[in-house]
Amino acid sequence: MLSFLARRSFHSLIVLFVMSFVIYGLIGLMPGDPVDLMISADPEITSEDAIRLRAIYGLDQPLWSRYLHWLGAAISGDLGYSRLYAQPVWDAILPALGNTLGLLISSLTLALMIALPAGILAATRPYTLSDYGINLAAFAGISVPPFWLGILLILFFSVTLGWFPAGGTADAGGATELWERLQYLVLPVASLTIAGIGGHTRYMRASMIEVLRQDYIRTARAKGLSESRVVLGHALRNAMIPVVTVIALDLGVLFSGALITETVFAYPGMGKLIFDAIMGNDYNLALVGLLLATALTLVGNLLADIAYASLDPRISYAELDQ
Amino acid sequence: MKSFWSYIFAGAILLGFGAQPQQAIAKSDLVIGITQYPATFHPNIDSMLAKSYVHGLTRRPITTTDANWTVICMLCETLPTIENGGAVLEKTPDGKDGIAVTYKILDEAIWGDGTPITVDDVIFTWDVGRHPQSGVSAQEGYRRILSIDRIDNKTFTLHVDRRTFDYNDISSLNLLPAHIDRARFKDPSAYRTQTAFDTDANNPGLYMGPYIMVTQKTGSHMVFERNKYWWGKQPAFDRITVRVIENTATLEANLLSGGVDMISGELGLSVDQAIAFEKRHGRKFNITYMPGLIYEHIDLMLDNPILKDQKVRQALMYALNRKAISEQLFGGKQPVAHSSVNPLDWVFDEDVPIYPFDLKKANALLDQAGWKKKVKGVRVNASGDPLRFEIMTTAGNRTRELVQQVLQSQWKAAGIDIRIKNEPARIFFGETVTKRKFEAMAMFAWISAPESVPRTTLHSDDIPTADNNWSGQNYTGYRNPEMNALLEVIETELDPDKRKKLWHRLQDIYATDLPALPLYFRANAFILPKWLSGLKPTGHQFPTTLWVEDWMVTN
Repeated sequence: MLSFLARRSFHSLIVLFVMSFVIYGLIGLMPGDPVDLMISADPEITSEDAIRLRAIYGLDQPLWSRYLHWLGAAISGDLGYSRLYAQPVWDAILPALGNTLGLLISSLTLALMIALPAGILAATRPYTLSDYGINLAAFAGISVPPFWLGILLILFFSVTLGWFPAGGTADAGGATELWERLQYLVLPVASLTIAGIGGHTRYMRASMIEVLRQDYIRTARAKGLSESRVVLGHALRNAMIPVVTVIALDLGVLFSGALITETVFAYPGMGKLIFDAIMGNDYNLALVGLLLATALTLVGNLLADIAYASLDPRISYAELDQ
Repeated sequence: MKSFWSYIFAGAILLGFGAQPQQAIAKSDLVIGITQYPATFHPNIDSMLAKSYVHGLTRRPITTTDANWTVICMLCETLPTIENGGAVLEKTPDGKDGIAVTYKILDEAIWGDGTPITVDDVIFTWDVGRHPQSGVSAQEGYRRILSIDRIDNKTFTLHVDRRTFDYNDISSLNLLPAHIDRARFKDPSAYRTQTAFDTDANNPGLYMGPYIMVTQKTGSHMVFERNKYWWGKQPAFDRITVRVIENTATLEANLLSGGVDMISGELGLSVDQAIAFEKRHGRKFNITYMPGLIYEHIDLMLDNPILKDQKVRQALMYALNRKAISEQLFGGKQPVAHSSVNPLDWVFDEDVPIYPFDLKKANALLDQAGWKKKVKGVRVNASGDPLRFEIMTTAGNRTRELVQQVLQSQWKAAGIDIRIKNEPARIFFGETVTKRKFEAMAMFAWISAPESVPRTTLHSDDIPTADNNWSGQNYTGYRNPEMNALLEVIETELDPDKRKKLWHRLQDIYATDLPALPLYFRANAFILPKWLSGLKPTGHQFPTTLWVEDWMVTN
């Protein structure tokens, strides 16, 4: 397993290196540069100023030269400076990363805690009232636009009931901060959880139905095992394999793609940070943010591969590496 | 499913129980909602409204423009003028007309750490401002200062290389604390990343206003508390939190739930959003509208062979019912623009040519311009080419998109076919407008200042081209020798009466030539709690927070 991990880590590094080049190139090819944005906000900037500022920010250099300069600094541990937040990139990313991980872990955990049992329940009682009910709720969760759901949650729980803050993050420091942070997390977590439950329930149901049709399940039942033992002890492990793949892919998507939820709840997370960095022509910040999202997707896939091997003893690490 | 909803409600009740009701914020606290977070807290690097807004709480410029649009002293004792002897005409070392202006900093003016504000700070600010590597974005103001004489610790004279009418307005010379930042300026090229404004932003010594910043969370909020060294009138609130909420629907929800007490006019809801909010919740808040200096207009591409014809440009104006747009979409809160000069500006010309809605005149002008026939409702010329234009603006800007659709339908009535082609702001401003790639019309806004000379947008030297590396903001490609001469002479005319006449001529040419189609001046909507008074909207670029000590809590 160690050699598997080493090989996969090496492959991931190569992917990250290639992605850094591709992302830098794509951002660099987008129209305009930071100085154009400065000019549009400040009519006092003269032509001389524009030329001087482009030189200061290295924007007068060709793209490949800027990339090599960034890469050299990055290898030595300097990820650059964020023009948009006037601080080192890592300092700008760290708080957003913490916020996003809090949001991501809470919502994904909660969604899986609800979706997996619901999917199993629906699969073991197919085409019954409970199956129809769960499916209906799952489709509703998938269909509701996240921004609309967010606004509804705010209107109900913030404006009408006044239970939770309508958006933002905690002000207080010290002992009360954790409590405050939790309150600020409730509505965005609820929004992402509801959006996530539907899909995971449907995957779990479909996968479990497929497995329950297999011969070895019939054999297990013929042996006289209880239904719960058949489902949870024999079917669940195999049914989880495709679900694990989806969860792994979800990690990367949730990391950088919770933009709408973050915007509606004024929650300063990675999705909003990356979006603002791209729109604000902040090359360094956008690049590192996107690379982190890529890295998380790779880590998710690695974890999924490890999970495959533990879920199904027939799958070996050598096979996964091929 | 039962378990699902049970979890949600149980969790909600568990966490909500004991939570402070959002309305329970004491009156010693004020929470302001704005829609933008400052990119940097350095006062002279990058210009940004959000930064000006929060610096209004914590800093004071040497001079500023008040709510009556008059230049006043904030950190100086008396505004120097030629009349009171504070400004003296002189020759520069190379024999040009220059001016020497003397200021005396208030004796009681102190930084937030107790260090007196002195001429050292002025000289340090100038050193940073004019250094090519410092990262200060607009350096023209610093470059114009030839030297600074120290009269005493609190008095200094600026020797400026030209005589401009605004010679005593040094609002852009935002003082930097030499005792904190000078050491960080040893390597000027590293200064923009080392300045204490961004590496130690909660250092009280950076501020000299009624408040100092005590906490800031990037992208989320900033907290301000009283500055114990503030020498002026004490403000009403012990603590002010400025919360950044970009989504305006969420901002409204925060206001209604008590998460914020007020929404700033400078960076809050657009007028149409505020009008809708007022209809629903107007009784609970004081809502004030203040037209300002943000000039919404349509830049015309004058290289376009059809738009080269002045008759066509004037017909475009006559075919528009801008009054109806202002009344229907903005409740009449955003005044129709007749030129780039705001009617609140003292140099505004009451007799500027105006274009009331007159479809007959528009039709007659188009006939004269050779667009007589109509094919399927669209005018065509003798060669059969349709009178068709592409109009572009920033995609996703709901207000502009709405206005764009109304313009399209109004022009259709005159037989003008309009095609809408919008782009994200980044592409629109980053490429299309700045490199003059729009085919006919580009709708956007200019942010101006009182008596701001529109040199960069109207002088022919400022037409962006590949040769000048696309610098300049005369995107229409407007060329008029008389306008060039006016722009040059207005800036240096010290006699107000003579200058006013020059301004009137400038507006007359602008409104006749129409390099751009004036639409309206954007208004700011201030949504304030009933218990807050004393906040005076200014209508110009200096934010209301500069007078935060006048804000009061009333029953």
